[in-house]
Amino acid sequence: MRIARPLRLLEFRPGSLAPIIAILAVLLVLLTARQPDFLSPPSLMSFLGRSAPIILLAAGQYFVIVSGELDLSVGSLVTAQVVIAARLIDGDPSAGWPVVVLLLAFGIAVGLVNGLVTTRLRVPSFITTLGMFLILVGAVYLWSNGAPKGSLSEEFRRLGRSGFEDVPALGRIPYALVILLAAAVLALVLTRSDFGRTLVAVGGNPRTAELSGVRVWRAKTMAFVLSGVAATLAAILIGGYSGVSFQAGAGLEFGAITAAVLGGVALGGGRGSVVGAMLGALTLETLFTLMNFYGLSGALKPTVQGAIILFAVAAASFRFPSR
Amino acid sequence: MTVLAVSTLLVLVGCATDEPTTGASDSPSAGTGPGTGKQSKFFVRADYDKQLALLDAAPTGPAGKPWEQALNPAMVETAKFAKPGPYKICFSNAGLNNPWRQVGFKTMQAEVDTHRGRISEFVHVDAEGKDQKQIADINDLLGKGCHALIVSPNTTATLTPAVEAACRKGLPVIVFDRGVDTSCPVTFINPIGGYGFGHVAAEFVTQKMKRGGKVLALRILPGVDVLETRWSAAKVAFDKAGVDVVGVEFTDGDPAKTKKIVNDYIQRYGTIDGVWMDAGAVAGAAVEAFEDAGKPVPPINGEDQLDFLKLWKDKKLTAIAPTYPTYQWRTPIIAALKILDGEQVPNPWKLPQPTITQDNLDEYVDSAMPPLHYAMCGCTDLPGYPRRWK
Repeated sequence: MRIARPLRLLEFRPGSLAPIIAILAVLLVLLTARQPDFLSPPSLMSFLGRSAPIILLAAGQYFVIVSGELDLSVGSLVTAQVVIAARLIDGDPSAGWPVVVLLLAFGIAVGLVNGLVTTRLRVPSFITTLGMFLILVGAVYLWSNGAPKGSLSEEFRRLGRSGFEDVPALGRIPYALVILLAAAVLALVLTRSDFGRTLVAVGGNPRTAELSGVRVWRAKTMAFVLSGVAATLAAILIGGYSGVSFQAGAGLEFGAITAAVLGGVALGGGRGSVVGAMLGALTLETLFTLMNFYGLSGALKPTVQGAIILFAVAAASFRFPSR
Repeated sequence: MTVLAVSTLLVLVGCATDEPTTGASDSPSAGTGPGTGKQSKFFVRADYDKQLALLDAAPTGPAGKPWEQALNPAMVETAKFAKPGPYKICFSNAGLNNPWRQVGFKTMQAEVDTHRGRISEFVHVDAEGKDQKQIADINDLLGKGCHALIVSPNTTATLTPAVEAACRKGLPVIVFDRGVDTSCPVTFINPIGGYGFGHVAAEFVTQKMKRGGKVLALRILPGVDVLETRWSAAKVAFDKAGVDVVGVEFTDGDPAKTKKIVNDYIQRYGTIDGVWMDAGAVAGAAVEAFEDAGKPVPPINGEDQLDFLKLWKDKKLTAIAPTYPTYQWRTPIIAALKILDGEQVPNPWKLPQPTITQDNLDEYVDSAMPPLHYAMCGCTDLPGYPRRWK
């Protein structure tokens, strides 16, 4: 079905970062108009540090979405990781690094299960990860009785809470921001690699990819594993930022998906960039900060996220009529 | 199919499961403070006056055992329930789904252990926070030959008919913590209540803060009577003192959300001069938000959870901890035995509700106990302390 083409001006090259950068710029102008010192280094650094987890999750979600799947389990994985970390560390300062390694292993395992169930058992990822979401929520509830036990040590929490102090011109650079930048570089390298291109091809047209000799299942499973790793990093930062909580990750999956879609990653796969997804997350956080400064209730967040998803998907189908 | 439909809806609406109800949120408006908004429909002036009066009442009963004391007691006859022991005591519990209830239930079990000669069987059924399950639980217990039934209702209105049905069976019913809308139980046990908590905290923050300063009020969620009454009383105090309440926000009891909210308010207003909260579980997160922003922590209230008390002591905060003591979980067992002996008991049985202040803080901070333990458990003399509560 062909739909009448909208104005040419609204069109952007697929995968272009122009729209998201434009939106972000507008929001930043509105924000500084309201709160001139928002762009001052200390305030900006604190904002970027706080936004690091959702940006990481958006990057992880990019790999899954661009391959044509969805990962709804990341929020519950974050919660599970925080609760597990608290129980295992139990205030012991020396337990930090071994537990980080264990959490990474757990994140990879969850990603692997999501990937294999989706690709080998042919369960739609929507259902697979919804199932994983419920399993993790239930398991955490059962294990903790609804009240997490143990506590995170100050040493463990440093990554999410502290930073390099007294940096000239910038003040404090949060460790979270450094971790985010390192992960962003890695993600970018990955998307430029053969694997990254394969993933886009798999999402764009799995049949063609299959016929040209790509092991689709392997690429997709890898995408889920990357999402699990991203969720683990996010959990370490979130646990560090705010401590143990039974709902540390609640709702984050929707934030990550909204961010990716906002950043131009097409639901259904095959189009978009990881930088776009991460900028999408930054834009979303900026929007929420703006809402706060203008006194709008935080309870509107889900509504705004929902509207963005609907609008972005509708807009994408207008821009790229079916081929 | 249903799963698909529901989950599609979830994704499309982008709805996080724990967002607070939009309608009830007193969202702050730009520029000027929003004030404290309308008074809650849960606010009952007479109850408020009664609770505030109880704050100054002298308790009757053994000194140093507040779980056996009563405020302004009116005694009721229980002779018709007298029977020889040992007894089977049954307990329908609303849930064990937060640290406060977990500490409370361990305290109750330990209290049972001190009466092992007289209680032959203690049956506990956990409703897991679900009204429907608790109604079924109570119904089941009626056929199990209990000598007395203790109920901690999940919600007030929905559980009332189930409690009435239990009363009709002729067995003594004891309700504690949250109430029911019927006078049929032999006694209703709880501390002074939400108005007392909210009032004490709001008065403290108002007095310790600079005049005309900005207060941020943090609430868990709307619509729960205990929490609503806490906020109602604080609202009365803030309105009377003309305090500038710049925000009333719901945190869902989530530390990450709390920290972000407080951080946002610090950014928006530059400084916040007082923080009031309806429950202390996330007080630590609020304090951290000020620390991380490099601001002094303003006068704040938490409650008797140890993580907050320890933070208060270590960081030398200007703080107060009104309480809703977990020692109230001991009282229903004591009451059940008195009733089965045919002794008079107070109804309602109002327990004292002590406040932890700078002066008595050291008595309650105990670094050997876990951070989520509640100091006002009245459990240090019970069998198995401290291991059982760790």
